[in-house]
Amino acid sequence: MPNVKNQRREMASLLIKGGHVIDPAAKINAPMDILLREGRVAEVALPNKTRGGADEKFDARGLIVAPGFIDLHVHLREPGQSYKETITTGTAAAAAGGFTSVCTMPNTSPVVDTEEWVAWLRHPDRGAVVNVFPVAAATRASRGSSLTDFAALQRAGAVAVTDDGKPIHDDEVMRAALRLGAELNLPVVQHAEDTRFTEQCSIHEGPTSFRLGLRGMPAAAEGNVVDRDVHFAQQIRESRLHVAHLSTSDALKAVRRGKRAKARVTCEVTPHHFTLLDEDVGEYNTNCKMNPPLRSATDREAVLVGLADGTVDAIATDHAPHATHEKQVEFERAAFGITGLETALALAITRLHREHKIPLARIVDLFTAGPARVFDLRGRGSLARGNFADVTIFDPKKRWTFEAAKSRSLSHNTPFDGWQFIGKVVATIVSGKVVHRAD
Amino acid sequence: MHRLHSYAMNKPARGSLLGIEHLEDKEILGLLKLARRMDPRKARPVLRNKRVVLLFYEPSTRTRSSFEIAANSMGAITTLVESSGSSIEKGESLLDTAYTLRAVGADAIVIRHPAAGAPHLMAKHLDIPVINAGDGMHEHPSQALLDAFTILKHKKSFKGLRVAIVGDILHSRVARSACHLLTRFGAKVALCGPAELVPEFATTLAPGLHITRHIEEALRGADVIMLLRVQQERLAGLKINLQDYMARYQMTTARQKLAKRDAIVMHPGPIIRGLELTSEVVDGPQSVIVDEVRNGVPTRMAILARALGKAR
Repeated sequence: MPNVKNQRREMASLLIKGGHVIDPAAKINAPMDILLREGRVAEVALPNKTRGGADEKFDARGLIVAPGFIDLHVHLREPGQSYKETITTGTAAAAAGGFTSVCTMPNTSPVVDTEEWVAWLRHPDRGAVVNVFPVAAATRASRGSSLTDFAALQRAGAVAVTDDGKPIHDDEVMRAALRLGAELNLPVVQHAEDTRFTEQCSIHEGPTSFRLGLRGMPAAAEGNVVDRDVHFAQQIRESRLHVAHLSTSDALKAVRRGKRAKARVTCEVTPHHFTLLDEDVGEYNTNCKMNPPLRSATDREAVLVGLADGTVDAIATDHAPHATHEKQVEFERAAFGITGLETALALAITRLHREHKIPLARIVDLFTAGPARVFDLRGRGSLARGNFADVTIFDPKKRWTFEAAKSRSLSHNTPFDGWQFIGKVVATIVSGKVVHRAD
Repeated sequence: MHRLHSYAMNKPARGSLLGIEHLEDKEILGLLKLARRMDPRKARPVLRNKRVVLLFYEPSTRTRSSFEIAANSMGAITTLVESSGSSIEKGESLLDTAYTLRAVGADAIVIRHPAAGAPHLMAKHLDIPVINAGDGMHEHPSQALLDAFTILKHKKSFKGLRVAIVGDILHSRVARSACHLLTRFGAKVALCGPAELVPEFATTLAPGLHITRHIEEALRGADVIMLLRVQQERLAGLKINLQDYMARYQMTTARQKLAKRDAIVMHPGPIIRGLELTSEVVDGPQSVIVDEVRNGVPTRMAILARALGKAR
């Protein structure tokens, strides 16, 4: 079967011709041709001006050619929860969504809190089709009391630490984490939730939670933690704080404050938080249940401003697959989380670009240079010569309908089934190899 | 056209009663009219050969027995499934329980459940009517209907009626359903209690709602006084001093005098004499608490007839 063999062979060289390159880190927003060779970017040249030849050519006319997208926050569910997703299926979904690199969260079974597990995640036997960068646990078993061995985890390949799923609650532990992170230049990622105020809560606290008779999480439960963490980040020199899935206006204010004070504070926002509101839960739709929950119009407005003005560093999906039996239950008992890898770009173009007029270059930045900077992913997030040949090619005008049943993920817990979008991934290239091509 | 669901689901079966919020005015009025014509002792067997399953995940005296008697009066066969003593204790899911009861031959399910939205989940996956007998803190539609029925026996109409609801509104499905129904027909409702139990955004629930922290203000000129149960454990959990609460919000005969002379006093039960209200108020001439319970039967007969019978 020669065709299959050709596809599987490492592409020695590939010329991407006729496309419009948007590479914010390199300040390029123009028609350019790109030559990839042996897994690296060999040339970025004006149209038809590349000097080297190529085995294969990709016709990118009418398409945007961008650095490979990076998702700072995904749950691939291995080890231990492979009935929801595996590294193979999760990275296939990532590739379909245009992501060439994903950073996996450690709240698995067991929690990824040792170098052995970090190495396990990165092993080729896992069948990943895109780059996988583990984020390791900040505390042992993410119990929040004693720090893990950050240095060893970093050596094994962890790009950051977090107790995601839970906050690092204790003041002293958070300070210690930021201090140790500063020494190692390792970001500490915080799932900002003051769990003293969110017990048994399943939705944002407001008119919707009152109407539905559900216990609600106050916005302040996120804002207060970010406030505290930014204070710590300001006090601890060289510390790096990254706020995961930021969803409230209060939290964004604190991040702005930290950035103004020149602290190394960054944050990410999910597509569902810039798209949906708490009222979209409707009649108890568990595909709108996640943590942090969908918020108020004021919060969404603040997040949109932050995405436009650069306060938000990255779009990250918080892709959280769950089995049907975990979602088709009473709302307050349903698992928190929705998938997101395959709808991220579509939501960004349809909502941020077409509706809110955020320039395409800014959106590409949020998927590429921004995340690369947050976790120091060297050689990625930009198509500079010598960088990894990770490329995302998309059609910013393509109209299409997302069908959850056709998702590459094992799980279909998404609120976007049947949504009509503008903007679709056409090809995803990792280390010079096409790992996804739209049909 | 954007759908937010990706699982195969249907609309609730005709005759379902999931809540007051999305019930049309004419349906509410239709049910009240039908209830007025129902006599539990002389009912026609419009539900003969119909099987009504009462699925109660929470304890109940009033609601359960009145649904049972309502169904039996009209010739239906009823079965009670409680969570204790059933496979629910073994961990069987709500949907699997629903499918099982359907397979066993239920023609309608009356469900009381501690989780808001449980009846809605069931209704989306069944082709038989689902009747909400109370879902967590969300709604208790049959209670709102029997309370409306009771009010109309003493008051000409809802339009302009001044209602005071006092107590733990935050956790009350009775209050939510009552607010939806009463305001729909033009009543003005005062919600009264401390901030921990009556949050400011309670007023967003429906038009015509306002909040007062002073029971005197709520009662002055009121036509209807609705008292809600207050759980002592909850007050303790919120660090609200019980004596303090009673001093500020307990219904007494003295406070009752602030309302209109022909004001009626209501309570969904169970009552805790000496907590949210005194025995004198419970047993006084203005109390219609026992009438409410009595009216529950014809009201629930109307609900079941609408669900399963050829309702006239």
